[in-house]
Amino acid sequence: MVRLTLTGNHCVAYAVKLSKVKVVSAYPITPQTTIVEKISELVDLGDADIKMIRVESEHSALAAVYGAATAGVRAFTATSSHGLLYMHEMVWWVAQARVPLVMAVVTRTIGPPWNIWTDHHDIMDQRDTGWLIMMAENNQEVLDETIKLFKITEDPEVYLPGIVGLDAFILSHTVEPVEIPEQELVDSFLPERRQPYVIKSGEALIMGNVPSDLLTNSRMRWDIHLGLRRAEKVIDRVDMEWGKLTGRRYGGLTECYKCEDADYLFVGIGAWVGDMRLAADRLRAVGMRFGVLKIRYVRPFPYLRVLDSVRGKKGVLVFDRSVSAGSAGPLFLDLVSHMYPHRLNIPIKNVVAGLAGYEVNYEDFFRIGESFVKEVSETGWVSEFLEFYPGR
Amino acid sequence: MGSVLNKDTVEVRFHGRGGQGAVTAAHILVDSAMRAGLWGTAFPFFGAERRGAPVTAYARISHSKVLTKSMVRRPDAVAVLDPAIMRYVNVFDGLKESGVAVINCTEPPTLPIKIRLYVVDATKIALDLGLVLAGWPLVNVAMVGALSRVIGIKLNYVLEAITNILTGRSAELNAKAAERAYYEVSEVGAS
Repeated sequence: MVRLTLTGNHCVAYAVKLSKVKVVSAYPITPQTTIVEKISELVDLGDADIKMIRVESEHSALAAVYGAATAGVRAFTATSSHGLLYMHEMVWWVAQARVPLVMAVVTRTIGPPWNIWTDHHDIMDQRDTGWLIMMAENNQEVLDETIKLFKITEDPEVYLPGIVGLDAFILSHTVEPVEIPEQELVDSFLPERRQPYVIKSGEALIMGNVPSDLLTNSRMRWDIHLGLRRAEKVIDRVDMEWGKLTGRRYGGLTECYKCEDADYLFVGIGAWVGDMRLAADRLRAVGMRFGVLKIRYVRPFPYLRVLDSVRGKKGVLVFDRSVSAGSAGPLFLDLVSHMYPHRLNIPIKNVVAGLAGYEVNYEDFFRIGESFVKEVSETGWVSEFLEFYPGR
Repeated sequence: MGSVLNKDTVEVRFHGRGGQGAVTAAHILVDSAMRAGLWGTAFPFFGAERRGAPVTAYARISHSKVLTKSMVRRPDAVAVLDPAIMRYVNVFDGLKESGVAVINCTEPPTLPIKIRLYVVDATKIALDLGLVLAGWPLVNVAMVGALSRVIGIKLNYVLEAITNILTGRSAELNAKAAERAYYEVSEVGAS
């Protein structure tokens, strides 16, 4: 084990190297670019045995790594924002083809205006595609989860591709001390590559043809949903396995910070969860018992775990860094749609904040938490279930 | 010197010009802090940067893991790589009353405010060592040396960090520059 100070993007690159990925293809886009630059540097130094494929677009980048993965090797790509939207057709294709591979998405808002800062519109736009989607809170988690995702996506219970998400700049370009595991440790953790089928030269295999049997086709489509549900157990199990080897457990699907005795919960994903922890501590110091429910995996959405965490609370504040325009924040929509059939009726409010990279920090969370407690304790409910945080 | 790190978290802002290596300076500072058993984060100003234009980079150094991802607005220390930018930029903006400033200069500037001011001639150190690239004396790593002395990170950690992040001749010369700046930095008005 070595300790280095690395950016989130360089953590991804080291994880790709340690996972013995064989093929990488990507198209440059800020703030993703330094991931592939670093991988390229590692290849150039002879530290990584990876074939880099140059392409003219993100759509081709995912097509190239899909082809490589189909032929039986670990493959990786990375993108952001407009690049991710441009590859969207292939994002669906890879999941439907049940080909495990890993992609890093450095979350960045969508233009116009041209803006390179973080929000979650790009990654949340992929929710329905069949990919596993996780968001990391810090650089160590970025490195660890990238390695773990190879194991999770290649599990026969899952066989679906996965996205590791990290916020633009506040993780991607921020340096933190990080522990880099030894190659032997990663080798002992990651099994040989497994996947449902392999295309080999000289062996005929028909792929993506017009289906003759729509019922089978229909069942295949539904099994993507089932595969993601089965992935819940795999994610938790792999988290424990990694924890045993490294001492770092993240809670698998979700992590609860001081939830047990909390009256109120912040719920969120990604880098700003760190600021939620600070705000919860400060609110506790003035008598308001807050906890933080960090949702690590957006897909599969771990609703049973989430419902267990929010049950019995006096109020829940869900923060979304994106909005499904015309409805509400996607994290909130997922949560409340599972609460109703489970007969959970507690005050819950959705705060949409931090769009277009606008900074929201522990002072903001503190203030929002404070006024939420006031509202819920005075009225017993919330007046507006959806609010946009206008900033200070 | 070395009193700033008595606090739980120290927030630092580097002022330089695009291409001067302010971001690398922040990185080396945090790497030094890690070697001293501390935590930290280093990050650039989140926006477009151009060569020659005034830029900022930031670092947080803490006794525990840094959880916030917010920008540094009330720094405990500022380091100024090029004093000429002080004509256009208020480098003391938001600096805490207890804060310190470390400025690369030959003559201590007259300041509009009362702060603990430290100076070091990092440009001379760079020129003496032949640390020049494309006509620019490379002062960023020397400034990390000076700043580390002021906030209380030991020289050996700084030198280790430099050798870890830079390579070859650049690492060697910058380590010398940091060491000189570490010993040459002085407080203005201190007896």
